[in-house]
Amino acid sequence: MILSRRLLDNVSSKWMIVCLSFFLILPFAIATGLVLKSTGLLKENSFIHLITSSDWSPSEGKFGFLPFIVSSLWVTIAALIVSMPLCLLAAIYLSQFAPKWMIKFMHPVIDILAGIPSVVYGVWALLVIVPFVRNTLAPLFHTDSVGYCILSGALILAVMSIPYILNLLLEVFRQIPIELGEASLALGATKWETIKKVFLRKGATGILSAYGLGFSKALGETLAVMMVIGNVVQIPHSVFDAGYPLPALVANNYGEMMSIPSYDSALMFGSLLLLVIILIINIFFRYIIYKSIAL
Amino acid sequence: MTLRRKWEEKFFHGLSAIVTLLIVLVLVHLVWTIIAKGASSLSWKVVSEPPNGSFYFTGEGGGFLNAIAGSFYLAVSAVILSFLVSLPVALFLNIYLIKVPRLLTACRFFLDVLWGIPSIVYGAFGFLILMYLGYRNSLGAGIITVATLISPIMIRSMDEVLKTIPIGLQEASYALGSTKTETAFKIFFKQAFPGLATAVLLAFGRGIGDAASVLFTAGFTDLVPHSLGDPTATLPLFIFYQLSSPSESVQNLAYAASIVLTLIILVVSITARLLKPKR
Repeated sequence: MILSRRLLDNVSSKWMIVCLSFFLILPFAIATGLVLKSTGLLKENSFIHLITSSDWSPSEGKFGFLPFIVSSLWVTIAALIVSMPLCLLAAIYLSQFAPKWMIKFMHPVIDILAGIPSVVYGVWALLVIVPFVRNTLAPLFHTDSVGYCILSGALILAVMSIPYILNLLLEVFRQIPIELGEASLALGATKWETIKKVFLRKGATGILSAYGLGFSKALGETLAVMMVIGNVVQIPHSVFDAGYPLPALVANNYGEMMSIPSYDSALMFGSLLLLVIILIINIFFRYIIYKSIAL
Repeated sequence: MTLRRKWEEKFFHGLSAIVTLLIVLVLVHLVWTIIAKGASSLSWKVVSEPPNGSFYFTGEGGGFLNAIAGSFYLAVSAVILSFLVSLPVALFLNIYLIKVPRLLTACRFFLDVLWGIPSIVYGAFGFLILMYLGYRNSLGAGIITVATLISPIMIRSMDEVLKTIPIGLQEASYALGSTKTETAFKIFFKQAFPGLATAVLLAFGRGIGDAASVLFTAGFTDLVPHSLGDPTATLPLFIFYQLSSPSESVQNLAYAASIVLTLIILVVSITARLLKPKR
């Protein structure tokens, strides 16, 4: 009896360790796999050449990733420019001004927004954002656009990143001790002055980290962006140009990648670039968040 | 001066309220657009029959049962598989590592970072393994990829629930002579059950909606899969492929499928919220 209980305890704790190790090894395994697969490409081209050349013609063996990197940066940064102030204002409202019932109502709303699949956002973007950009925004700036462009991708990406960033920001404001705000209010400051001078300053690093993590999340987003951004290999010059971000490159070409030499290697190199950039951003900002909670 | 302060206060109060309202409106508009666009194409036939005949040219004949069934097979199996590895990890963090706070924090940090890896990278890696092993796209490969993708989410949400269990309960259990395993499964598991159910549902929602990871690994087919070795269709990919068709009646089926997927997600999210224990 005692023996079997001990045995069970032993087996179960070993299994727990096995499971945990699996997840600890996973990112290294992914990185190693992708590196091994992209060595073929890296042997023929130098790393610097790959990421600075804009000559993309796989059938001739030319792989310049610059258009994809630039497109990815454009669409992600544009998305963040739209969603950053919106998220901050909503987080301020929900943590400072909002009545209780409003907070109760908003939590499920944010949850549902976070849960809606990428492809459904994509469908909505096709139906709503693309015509809006084509018929309203483009004429407003006196340009022509078919609607499948960086701006459409950025707008849908902005909407998709709202629940993620907003949740992080709410967590940041929750961490700030309530007494700080009360002290400021007791000195006669208005609520907005308290927010501006106490909460935003105290939470500055947290807010920055939330934006950083939002950036990395948006960078890896694939389907919704791919559906509306046009997917033209070029370096975009305005937000009304079509673009071709990295995740879309990987997702779109997997069908034909076995037929052209080095193409599969190039796509894995694309995934590797994405992984490395996102891991670095994630580790950096997560570290700041963990540090600030520990203090 | 006082007047300016008063107006500034009013202005930002109003502005932030409007922005919050805007977020609600986006959700309402999204759900409304999806339903309004696809409602006319949604019928019992399209959700109960796999595609047949000239389905991809005219949109007539059959429906997308293959995608609905495929998605459910894939997501349910992935959640079960993920549960079998996530629960032990979450329990391990809260029972064994609770005594080593530095290691515990390091593990949580690590899992949070893992959560940030985009699904397309999981998909590419899954595909790499498939090629290496010489297998083709299949339900089984899709299940494993999706399970890996949703596990960090499941572990961290389980961990958040287990974290709230007072340490006294654990000590009381040891004092009565239980082993760590008995404490884990008889005390922690029971105590945290509603929260764990929420974690499982959230992971299910993420699994059924993700397209980028199954694009490479699960493939696509008109048939409802019968074994783990068969390729399988999924709802998100069905929507994606059908939308690129030039025929409007085929596109309409994608809109109908979007309603099905959105409703599944709504039901899952709301149930998860209702089950979530009050703080």
